[in-house]
Parts: sequence; structure tokens; C-alpha cells
Amino acid sequence: MYKIIKKEKLNDTVDLLEIKAPFVARKCEPGQFIMLRVDEDGERIPLTIADYDRDQGTVTIIYQIVGYSTTLLSQKKEGDCVQDFAGPMGSPAELTKKEHKVIGVAGGVGAAPLYPQLKKLAAQGTKVDVIIGGKSAAYVLLADAFAQFCDQVFIATDDGSLGTKGFVTNVLADQIAKETYDECIAIGPLIMMKNVVKITKPAGLPTMVSLNPIMVDGTGMCGGCRVTIDGETKFACVDGPDFDGFKVNFDECMKRQGFYREEEHQCRIGRG
Amino acid sequence: MAKKNMQVTKVPMPEQAPEIRNKNFDEVALGYTQEMAIVEAGRCLNCKNSPCVKGCPVNVPIPAFISKLAQGEFEDAYQTIVLENALPAICGRVCPQENQCEGKCVRGIKGEPVAIGRLERFAADYHMKHHKGASDPVQKNGKKVAVVGSGPSGLTCAGELVKKGYDVSVFEALHKAGGVLSYGIPEFRLPKDLVAAEIKNIEDQGVSIDTNIIVGRSITVDELTEEGYDAVFIGSGAGLPGFLHIPGENLLGVYSANEFLTRVNLMKGFQFPKTPTPVKIGENVAVVGAGNVAMDSARTAKRLGAKNVYIVYRRSIEEAPARAEELHHAEEEGIIFKFLNNPSEIIGDDKGDVAGLKIVKQQLGEPDASGRRRPVPIKGSDYELAVQTVIIAIGQKPNPLIRRTTPGLSCESWGGIIVDEDTMETSKKNIYAGGDTVTGAATVILAMGAGKKAAAAIDQKLSLS
Ligand SMILES: Cc1cc2nc3c(=O)[nH]c(=O)nc-3n(C[C@H](O)[C@H](O)[C@H](O)COP(=O)(O)OP(=O)(O)OC[C@H]3O[C@@H](n4cnc5c(N)ncnc54)[C@H](O)[C@@H]3O)c2cc1C
Ligand SMILES: Cc1cc2nc3c(=O)[nH]c(=O)nc-3n(C[C@H](O)[C@H](O)[C@H](O)COP(=O)(O)OP(=O)(O)OC[C@H]3O[C@@H](n4cnc5c(N)ncnc54)[C@H](O)[C@@H]3O)c2cc1C
Ligand code: SF4
Ligand code: SF4
Ligand code: FES
Repeated sequence: MYKIIKKEKLNDTVDLLEIKAPFVARKCEPGQFIMLRVDEDGERIPLTIADYDRDQGTVTIIYQIVGYSTTLLSQKKEGDCVQDFAGPMGSPAELTKKEHKVIGVAGGVGAAPLYPQLKKLAAQGTKVDVIIGGKSAAYVLLADAFAQFCDQVFIATDDGSLGTKGFVTNVLADQIAKETYDECIAIGPLIMMKNVVKITKPAGLPTMVSLNPIMVDGTGMCGGCRVTIDGETKFACVDGPDFDGFKVNFDECMKRQGFYREEEHQCRIGRG
Repeated sequence: MAKKNMQVTKVPMPEQAPEIRNKNFDEVALGYTQEMAIVEAGRCLNCKNSPCVKGCPVNVPIPAFISKLAQGEFEDAYQTIVLENALPAICGRVCPQENQCEGKCVRGIKGEPVAIGRLERFAADYHMKHHKGASDPVQKNGKKVAVVGSGPSGLTCAGELVKKGYDVSVFEALHKAGGVLSYGIPEFRLPKDLVAAEIKNIEDQGVSIDTNIIVGRSITVDELTEEGYDAVFIGSGAGLPGFLHIPGENLLGVYSANEFLTRVNLMKGFQFPKTPTPVKIGENVAVVGAGNVAMDSARTAKRLGAKNVYIVYRRSIEEAPARAEELHHAEEEGIIFKFLNNPSEIIGDDKGDVAGLKIVKQQLGEPDASGRRRPVPIKGSDYELAVQTVIIAIGQKPNPLIRRTTPGLSCESWGGIIVDEDTMETSKKNIYAGGDTVTGAATVILAMGAGKKAAAAIDQKLSLS
């Protein structure tokens, strides 16, 4: 059992949890994730490691309440436990010092996995900018946290309640026309990452994306997380989850993610 | 002296009827009664040179335990088996006996061999039902051993070492111990309560099992040594699923057998939506392959409600690697066999869902490198089988994680860890390995044999130091 040390509501659908998990905290790196089960018989769900504290042995996760398991998780309080918390899983992101600048693009809860990556880059002395997108002001996550180490924090909301009205991709197109970047790291919904690549590829700006296919074990055992990269099948849980965005077959990813849509619905009515 | 039984056939195994069992997940074979066990035990001739024992990879004293059964001394029979085999309830159920102990039995020359597997199962089940006593505590020797993976190889190695006084910690990546016994082999063939009881038995002897720890990520093999483990045994299995590399394999409705069986067994997907992990199966299902994994997948699909389940295999039934009993049970349950049929493409519809499997019929040609006759395509024999689900069960290889994160560990080009055959020691000092991660996908009993051999070698080496 793994104890919830701290819980914070970031907005009405996103929570932050700090969980005691020394085995994960001692070795995890930005880009990696954990697999948790809320209770006995629970589903294994993957969540990215948003932050960690090696001395305290704690790991931070930030998740959006989208279905059965995340709803169940959101009912847990500080001091409660989750049944299983396994990791770290996945390959750490390759983050080396860059000459000019890196631009991060976050859509919704994608801000959580992006945060440790940009933080590490900044700590190594690379300059970083970030564009954070959300439905409206309340859904723009971690803006203050990013401001601690980013040169510039851009915000885009669908309704214009904060920052620019429109998509992160509009801001991105403007920004790469203005400044020289070595790399873009985009994490968010598949459709957002696909559209980011539509801008960065013609501009020749190398772009890393983080894929979140449906996973079962997270250890390379089931092959359920397979994605096509440059025409080749890869297992996102071990070969990724970060991949070269120019090579990802996004359309296939989107189809595969929707495979259990009906069952997810049924599960929510049947159980929750 | 118990009565000799000269019947040429085995005492039949009571089973659930095929048309009933293919709709539930309860165990198919129900087990002998005491009377049946005594009668079957009477068929053993107690051969002096006991050829059957030579067929058993762990040398179970077969005639000795069977003669105890014949005399009604069931607990003694069990104690005789566990001198050599720590998991008899499991082996009695899943060993390919026809190629091992029973394959060598002299009674098999004229008629059926003695039902050694069934008798082994009987003794183990008897013990579990009637015997609750805890084992005596062992004097600790102050040495620590780490075991990676809690499948049959790791559990056996851990069980042997704890009996000799070692402190043994098992590290398991999944949330549940047991390896393939827990996530792969279905409930109807190997009840999970029984696996859990065998694991608890090993824990009661003092082995600690830490789940949710992925060696290579949470901690590396070298770090285990740095933390003071005097030896490490790697029993990480062959969990990496193979695919066919034909067009359409990433369509919706294509599963690896591992994914399909894990969803159903480990995650209890057969109870969805009572349990939250879904598993989706079409009306018509093709399972590619003909080993135990394929039979388990096919029979599971049938139980989940599929109307037509096909086994599609490019060779003939003679080459099918599954246990004879599984082939027989699958056929009884209405699985449709398509031997000498090789899939060439998975067809999708406009939504990306599986709509069919394209197949080329084969005939047998000259023997290939494996000594089996090579399937050769028959020109113009292509056809399409209408299915909505395809399950790929064509074999597994060792997961690359440990070899990628353990510098200096020598491995075969296909991924197997290289060991000294006598000691199971790897190219790294005091690091041992065994089971499927060394041999590639094999059997429970071979994995146990490897775990046992490694435990003996570890003990021999560490007791000198
Ligand atoms: C490597 C990785 C990292 C992730 N990191 C985060 C994160 O930091 N924060 C966050 O909010 N979400 C993250 N996700 C997504 C998160 O795992 C899903 O939202 C969660 O599993 C949904 O579970 P549910 O039962 O609440 O919803 P469901 O009703 O089951 O599903 C809702 C949606 O979640 C997706 N989903 C369902 N099951 C899984 C599964 N087992 N694996 C992946 N996706 C699934 C489905 O495509 C569906 O669209 C990550 C996913 C992956 C693969
Ligand atoms: C569906 C199916 C049916 C089968 N039927 C039969 C049968 O009828 N008869 C028979 O004899 N054999 C059968 N087999 C084969 C048999 O189950 C295997 O040969 C046997 O389980 C191998 O044992 P093992 O200990 O080497 O590995 P496994 O049982 O594979 O166990 C390995 C364990 O190590 C864990 N692990 C892997 N990597 C790591 C890591 N990095 N860190 C921590 N833990 C890790 C895994 O999660 C797993 O729990 C079947 C196999 C399958 C898949
Ligand atoms: S362990 Fe397997 S091979 Fe050995 S006697 Fe028992 S059933 Fe036969
Ligand atoms: S070979 Fe058959 S008959 Fe002979 S001892 Fe073994 S089991 Fe008994
Ligand atoms: S989640 Fe099973 S292989 Fe990646």
C-alpha cells in the first residue's frame, strides 16, 4: 500500500497527489511514468511522474478525472492509500543541454509531464519557453511553477479567459517565426500533438511528443501499447513514451485509443 | 499389498461436460476421488529402473509416491513428491506428461501409461485440503539472496534457498506474484486460489515477495549486489510477445495472447464490468498458433461468448506444440481447427476495426532446421476468414529490460541470458539465471528445475565463502 502524503485540487477535474513510494522516487527521471491501481481488483492506469523528492521518497502525479479509475482515485483523501504504485516505467526523456532554446507546448493535463522535462533542461542551463493551453483560465495548469524557470510563459485558452484566445498552435506558429529554437517538446491530447507537428515539421524544428496509448502492464509484456514510429511497431511503455513527433503515426494512435470507448462508458454506469 | 490393476487404460478423469464448461471459468478437470487414485495407483508396476523418473526434469520419485497412494497413505505420498518438486499441485495439472514422465512409462507400451500427472495432482490437492501445519523455522545463515521475478523458476529458487537458511527477497514487476501461472494460464486450467496457496506456502517459509518493483528500472541488478545481496537469481521469464509482421497487425481487435490473457486472468476482465478492466471479443475469433498459449486463448475466447473460434496454424496437428490434453479439450469445446493455414494479412474496415483474416493454405514439404516438415504455400489457395478479433499466439521472447540495464551480462542474439549449464551462473559473478529467460518459452517444470539447480549452486558457492 502506498500512502497519499498530500492532495491538492488544481481545478474541478484535475488533482495533484504526492505519494510515498521510495522505490520509484530513488531512481525516476523526467519522461517516466508509474502504473497504479486504486484498490484490489482495480485497473492498472498509467500516470506520468510530474515531480519527485528523492530524500522524502515521494512522487507527485497530476491527473485529470476522465473515467472510472480516475474518479475513484479522486475520492481518496490525504492519509489514504492506493493499492499499487509501480515504477518508474518507460525510458527517461533525452534531455541534453541545447545551444539556443527549447520551447515546450502543453495541452491541458499535458502540463504535468512537460513540467519535469523543462525543469531539468533549465537546471542544465538550457533556456526554455513554454506555451500552456486549456479550455479556459481554470484549466491552465502549473503556470506559476513553469514561471520559476522559463524565460517566457505563454498562455492560450479556447474562450480567451486567459492569455491569447485560440489554440496553443497559433501561439507556437508566431513564436517560432520570431525566435530560434533547437527543439520543441509537445505534450497533450493526440490531436494537439499532431497539429504541433504540422507546424514544426515544415519549419524543420525537431519535436518530441509523449504518447499515451492504452496500457495494461507497462513492462513490455502485453504489446497493447503498440504505436507505429517511422513505419515500425514500437511498444510505447518501454521504447517510449517519448518519440520523435515527425515519425509518429498519429491517426493510428487516435484510433487505437478509442478502442474501449463503449466499455469505458459502461464501466462508469455499471460501477460508479 | 495393494491390488494390482492390469487395465490398459487410465482411470478416466472426471470433467465438466464440454458444452457446460465452455461457458464458465471453473476448472475443467475435477480430480480423482480417493478410490480412483488408489485404483489408478495400482496400475504402476514399480519398475526397478523406473524409466518414468528419467522422463521427469526434476526426478520426482514416481514409483515411491505412487506405491504410497496405492496403500492409501496420501500425506506420505505428498511428502515423497515434495522432496523433489515444490509445486506438485501445479505440475500435476500443467506438465506435458506425454513427453515427460508418462512418455517413458512402461505401461504406455501396451495401452495408456500410468496417470502420473493426475496422481501427483491428487496427492497435492489432498495435502492442501487436509494439512494445515506450519513448517519448522530454519536457522538463518546470515546470507542474502535476491530473486528477480516470481514465476515458477524464481519461486522454486527462493523456496529451496530459504529452507537452507538464506534470507530471500523476491522482486516482482507486476502487482501479483506467480508469473505466467497468475497472468497467463487461465483459471479453468489452473485455479488462481491454488496458485495463491502455493505462493503463500513459500512466503510462510520466510521468503519475502516485493511486488511493483521492476528490476532494471526501480533498481538494477548491479545495485542489488551493491545493497549487499550475496547472489542474485534472474527468473524474469519470456514475456515479450511475438507478432507476425503482416499488414494490419495494429488494427483494433488484434491482441497479443499475452494482452488478451492478462486482461482476462490477472485483471479479471471476464467479470467486466464488475471489475473495471475491459476485454472485447468479436463474434468470430481467429487465434494464430497452436501451442498451449493458443489453446488457452481460444478456449478463453469461447468462454467470453465468441460464437466461432478458429485455431489458425501453418503446420499440421502433428507439429502442434500444445499438450495433447489441451488439444483434445479445445476440440471437445467446439474450437475449429484450421491446420496448414497461414495468415498473410489482417483486413480492416473503414473504422480501423478488424474485419477478416487473409489466409494462404499450405502443404508439408521437406523438413526444416527444426526437423519438422516445412509448410509450403499452395498457389491460388488464398481465402478470407471473416473475424472481428485476431489473437496472436506465436511465441514469446525474453524481455530486453534486464539485459539492457545490466552491463556485462552475456546474452544470445535472440535475447536469452547465457549461463553455465551446470551452475546456472551467468557471465557475471554471483548472478544466476534460469527458466524461460534462459531457454526461451518452455515449460513450468523446466523453469522449476532451473531454479532448483541454481539454488543448489548458489548454496554450494556461498557456503564456502
Ligand atoms: C504513459 C502515460 C502517461 C499518462 N500520464 C497521464 C498524466 O500524467 N495525467 C493524466 O491525467 N493522464 C495521464 N495518462 C492517461 C491516463 O492513464 C488515463 O486518463 C486513465 O487511464 C483513464 O482511466 P479512467 O478509468 O479514469 O478512464 P476511462 O474511462 O477508462 O478512459 C478515459 C480515457 O482514458 C484512456 N485510457 C483508458 N484506460 C487507459 C489505460 N489503461 N492507459 C492509457 N489510457 C487509458 C482512454 O483512451 C479514454 O479516452 C497517461 C497515459 C499514459 C499511457
Ligand atoms: C498462456 C500460457 C500457457 C502455458 N501453458 C503451459 C502448460 O500447460 N504447461 C507448461 O509446462 N508450461 C506452460 N506454459 C509455459 C510456462 O508457463 C513457462 O515456461 C513458465 O512459467 C516459465 O517460468 P519462469 O519462472 O521462467 O517465468 P515466468 O512464469 O514468465 O515468470 C517471470 C516473472 O518475472 C517477472 N519479471 C519480468 N521481468 C521483470 C523485471 N525486470 N523485474 C521484476 N520482475 C520481472 C514477470 O512479471 C513474471 O512474473 C504456458 C505459458 C503461457 C504464457
Ligand atoms: S513434475 Fe511433471 S514430469 Fe515430473 S512427475 Fe510430475 S507431472 Fe511428471
Ligand atoms: S514406468 Fe510406469 S509402471 Fe513403471 S514405475 Fe514408472 S509409472 Fe510405474
Ligand atoms: S503496456 Fe503492455 S507492453 Fe506496453
